[in-house]
Amino acid sequence: MEEKLTLFKNRKRFGIEKNIDIIFKNTALVLSSFVAIILLGIILVVFFQSFESFSRYGLKFLVTSEWNPVKDEYGAFTAIYGTLVTSFLSLLITIPLGVGTAIFITEDFVPKVVREIIGSFVELLAAIPSVVLGLWAIFVMEPFFRVFFVFLHNFFGWIPLFSTEPTGRNSLLAILILVVMLLPIVTSIARDSLNQVPKKLRNAAYGIGASRWKTIFSVILPAALSGIMAGVLLALGRAMGETMAVTMIIGNSNAFSWSLLSPGYTISSMLANQFGEADGNQVSSLFYAAFVLMILSLIVNIFAQWLVKKFSLKY
Amino acid sequence: MNSLYYQKRLSRNIGDKFFTSLSVICALIAILPLIFLVTYILYKGGSQITPELFTLEPNPPGDDLDAGGINPALIGTLIITTIASIIAIPVGVGGGIYLAEYSKGGAFSRFIRFGVNVLAGVPSIIAGVFIYALIVSTKILFGSMYSGLAGGMALSILMLPTVIKTTDEGLKLVPNELRYASLGVGASMYTTILKVTLPSAFRSIATGVVLGIARAAGETAPLIFTALFSYYYITGFGDLFYEMGSLAVLIYNFALEPYDAQNKLAWAASFILVLSILSVNIFSRILAAFTEKTKRV
Repeated sequence: MEEKLTLFKNRKRFGIEKNIDIIFKNTALVLSSFVAIILLGIILVVFFQSFESFSRYGLKFLVTSEWNPVKDEYGAFTAIYGTLVTSFLSLLITIPLGVGTAIFITEDFVPKVVREIIGSFVELLAAIPSVVLGLWAIFVMEPFFRVFFVFLHNFFGWIPLFSTEPTGRNSLLAILILVVMLLPIVTSIARDSLNQVPKKLRNAAYGIGASRWKTIFSVILPAALSGIMAGVLLALGRAMGETMAVTMIIGNSNAFSWSLLSPGYTISSMLANQFGEADGNQVSSLFYAAFVLMILSLIVNIFAQWLVKKFSLKY
Repeated sequence: MNSLYYQKRLSRNIGDKFFTSLSVICALIAILPLIFLVTYILYKGGSQITPELFTLEPNPPGDDLDAGGINPALIGTLIITTIASIIAIPVGVGGGIYLAEYSKGGAFSRFIRFGVNVLAGVPSIIAGVFIYALIVSTKILFGSMYSGLAGGMALSILMLPTVIKTTDEGLKLVPNELRYASLGVGASMYTTILKVTLPSAFRSIATGVVLGIARAAGETAPLIFTALFSYYYITGFGDLFYEMGSLAVLIYNFALEPYDAQNKLAWAASFILVLSILSVNIFSRILAAFTEKTKRV
């Protein structure tokens, strides 16, 4: 009798608990689908807001560089070109530096403590807000590099990239500050993928008489390549979308120039500069530019994820 | 016999020396500017710190020598980050619980995990553009346009992927035996999650969330046209619906001013921002290392 009663009670409690359980599960389900809703929301909202400009200028928007609110003519070529050039060139500088540093802290050139300190220091730097880097770029980097830029123009002026007189704020400075921003990302991801290469591969290479760098170049780097590539792509996405530091140092000029020593524009710096006080067609055109930026970074990110999945280490 | 000894002039040894020095040079080029950068920010900003800085309003840029303080921006950053956390943490932890505890690796959870990674890669300024279109330009929040609330929402979009990811990964590290034990003694799923798995993953989740908050606190791009900027003290609850200053936007605005006094204020604000973000990072790193050690024992 007594036993039956408790069983009955438990059963009743179980009924309520079951309901709570279902509610809990469904709440979690709804919350997790927020991510998808927000992502789709961002894509749709930016697309529909840019629709007016899109139907008006079409794909011509991407290849003309006139940005004239007075005449109501908009083309974002300068900004798109600036985005691509600054991000690719900064990556070009960052990759060897970052991978070199990662090799330095995964090999045993210096004691482990020193390597760990360097490694966590580099990771800490990724936490510095980009607006602070921008401030630093304006007041420290720009005066420091001024002489160097004049030198660059005087001796290499025949190359289109250095063909104009250096101005105070220019695209090359934006590239350099991007290098400072990307270095921690590339270094820490490259370090992680180098660390994941199994020790026995290295020992096997040493065992058949390969020297240290022969081992690194022929065994370790190829094994870690997919991880490093994914890190590089993530850094590329970051560089394209990076706003504050670039906006503060690039000079913000829509006049197109091949030269890196003249002021430039990127899509994100254009948004940061003009969004607050734009109206009419200009807003729609800015949304169009934002849409282009979003598509670019989506492609890069999705490609990076695909790469990780496809070539992730299987040891 | 000679070949048993290390030979300096052998081409492979010369090549090794060359590449070793190359990687040392790379590391030096990479690290020295970074060390210089941090010390410069801390030195230059630290020298501007005065008690009035924390209590005064910033003066509008002009040729007066006194720039005032950063009180509204400091409070504003705290408020905006808090709003972002209030939105992002429940949503993110809930979503992470679903991914780690309920989903069985089907199409839906794979899609959500993919979406989390994509959302993490969306440029921060796009989050600002999105909130501008959705909230600022439609005046949907009781007719207010630029507001601290809108700024907090924009930041929460940036925090969300971090929170979901750390919850998901933290919960996945909890050994399944714990779940079996709890379910085996008759606990329901939600009791198991709330009483067993979440508490045992608490530290790693908390670390990740705190790092996410620290990152959001330094974000500027989503705020410049959602929260905008304000020179005035935050006096009451109603100020949430008006323009709100933040340290990050203050640095941006005042760095571009031609006046020395405003620039100095930007350095001081950077000092406070960088110092707090770095100390949160270092603290959570130490905490994580400590957790790892205790687990091994």
